[in-house]
Amino acid sequence: MTSALIDPLRRRLLTALSLAAVAGPAAAQFRVEIAGVGATQVPLALGPFRDEAASGVAVSQVVRADLERSGLFRAVAPDKALDERSTIDMAAWRGRGVDALVAGSVTRLADGRYDVRYKLWDTVKGEELLGQSKVVLAADLRLAAHRVADEIHQKLTGERGVYATRIAYVVRAGRRYTLHITDADGEGGQVALASPEPIISPAWSPDGRQLAYVSFEAQKAVVWAQDLSTGERRVVASFRGSNSAPAWSPDGKRLAVTLSQDGPAQIYTMPASGGKPERLISSNAIDTEPVYAPDGASLYFVSDRGGGPQIYRVAAGGGSVERVTFSGNYNISPSISPDGLAMAFISRQGNAYRLMVQELGAATTAPPLALTDTLDDESPSFAPNGRLIVYAARLQGANVLMTTTLDGKIKTRLLSSGTDMREPAWGPYGR
Amino acid sequence: MKTRTTGWTPTAALLSTALALLAGCDTAPKVNAPAAAAPVETRRPVAMPAAGAPPAVAGAAPQSSVATVDLAKNAAGSSVAGAAATGSRPLVAAAAGGTALMAMPTQRVVYFDFDSYAIKDDFKSLIDGYARVLQANRGKKLVVEGHTDERGGREYNLALGQKRAAAVVSSLTLLGATDAQLEAVSFGEERPAVQGNDEAAWAKNRRAELKDL
Repeated sequence: MTSALIDPLRRRLLTALSLAAVAGPAAAQFRVEIAGVGATQVPLALGPFRDEAASGVAVSQVVRADLERSGLFRAVAPDKALDERSTIDMAAWRGRGVDALVAGSVTRLADGRYDVRYKLWDTVKGEELLGQSKVVLAADLRLAAHRVADEIHQKLTGERGVYATRIAYVVRAGRRYTLHITDADGEGGQVALASPEPIISPAWSPDGRQLAYVSFEAQKAVVWAQDLSTGERRVVASFRGSNSAPAWSPDGKRLAVTLSQDGPAQIYTMPASGGKPERLISSNAIDTEPVYAPDGASLYFVSDRGGGPQIYRVAAGGGSVERVTFSGNYNISPSISPDGLAMAFISRQGNAYRLMVQELGAATTAPPLALTDTLDDESPSFAPNGRLIVYAARLQGANVLMTTTLDGKIKTRLLSSGTDMREPAWGPYGR
Repeated sequence: MKTRTTGWTPTAALLSTALALLAGCDTAPKVNAPAAAAPVETRRPVAMPAAGAPPAVAGAAPQSSVATVDLAKNAAGSSVAGAAATGSRPLVAAAAGGTALMAMPTQRVVYFDFDSYAIKDDFKSLIDGYARVLQANRGKKLVVEGHTDERGGREYNLALGQKRAAAVVSSLTLLGATDAQLEAVSFGEERPAVQGNDEAAWAKNRRAELKDL
């Protein structure tokens, strides 16, 4: 049954794509390119919200694209216009293979704000699950749509959605580098920093208020931290040599960084407010890309102490190190899932650099799973609910950002503006 | 081909010294005394380093013409900005220029094999030449920039480029230069000498560049 529905779904997506092209750049953003279909997806009917066209934001399309990106839902277009006041013939929808139905409206209020209303019905149980109203400024309509998607996601799966979170990434255009903070779908948002020199390795503080990153504006790698609401920024580490790879401790109090003040790249930790770095571990090899485990008790990092680069783990207080990756001779860029049980990383396989995921439990024997068939994957970063990974990839010669589910079955491409995008970092909850 | 990748004829060096002096004068009033006294360790919170083209923060920058800046930077720009960032350094560069007897070697790039930071025999005489200049003039300072090709992760490549730069610095100190005369930094894969996705391009990008401070 599922497979029978794939092709009609594809056709609908293609139709949506061509419509978007006609509608112009504002609509081109709702591009969810599904590369595979998971086994269990909730068939969900969701049509245009009444009067949303007049608001300038296609609220229902934002909601639909969000839900599809998760890989957990399959959107079905209703054959007639509905809104939250419609009377729903549950049996008829159930007969069409629809398990859940969303309908709503966007109404402009006298004060210029908008009232976004919607209802969610479970057609199998035959009951209304949600009925909500959000009154927002026009500028917050996209955020409202992401919140609607989060609420639907939570109601239907019991898990928290990540649609209202943000991501940070870097865009290069010629010799201009910009650090962007956008909605989790890559849209909206702002430029946090623009520079004629490279910017790499953005890292969110756990409270989502600050971003640490590496900027080459001083003609060498220096670690900065920037307050996202005020734009105020400060140097965190600018020592002799290179300063890079910032990672926040889960309590937000310390930053792990890679410094080369004493020779090769080595990992230090320091107060997030600035101060004296303390060496975490010592080796004569390259040690870099530290990242804290979610419980803060240990750090994962990359080292070439064994020859090629591999991922290791060490206690937060330092001490002996334990190797974590064993397949292949080049494994880098660890990102740890919020529950601490899975690690995404990049592995060289022949001439390809591929996104992998590996379990971290004590009794784990399963080999790492390759999630992509692209050749130049980089910089994986887990969504705060642990269900998606955002990463950079090369697709048809373009550097793009993708999301994937942990089984690799649903991949979507964020934004499609044709610019050179890299270094994605998924922000925390709490916006 | 070589001149494109090295980009540093003696004339260019002179020009950049002159530009560096100008840039230094320009920014001198903005750079306060502590920054000049401690050029590498800038731990105090600063709003922005006095680099040639400071970045724009928090959406203040319109999405427009930076192209003019780019053109200028390609030839001698990076060294100009570097000198400007350190404020008082151009004076040192000027003094070094005065002792013209011991000329800097014209070749300024050391190339490396894939995933390697071993200095090949072809570049021993180049290193030797720099070591002699540094030994003869203790006021002379160099920054060694390590670079990698585009393959692999950005942070790992940054560390690999650092190792290449450090290998050059280490050779120079073994031959008589002092630590205080040298700083090893890395740009990883971020600043390729040539564009391209083949071995010919990669080979030119796996390098360490020696630059005047």
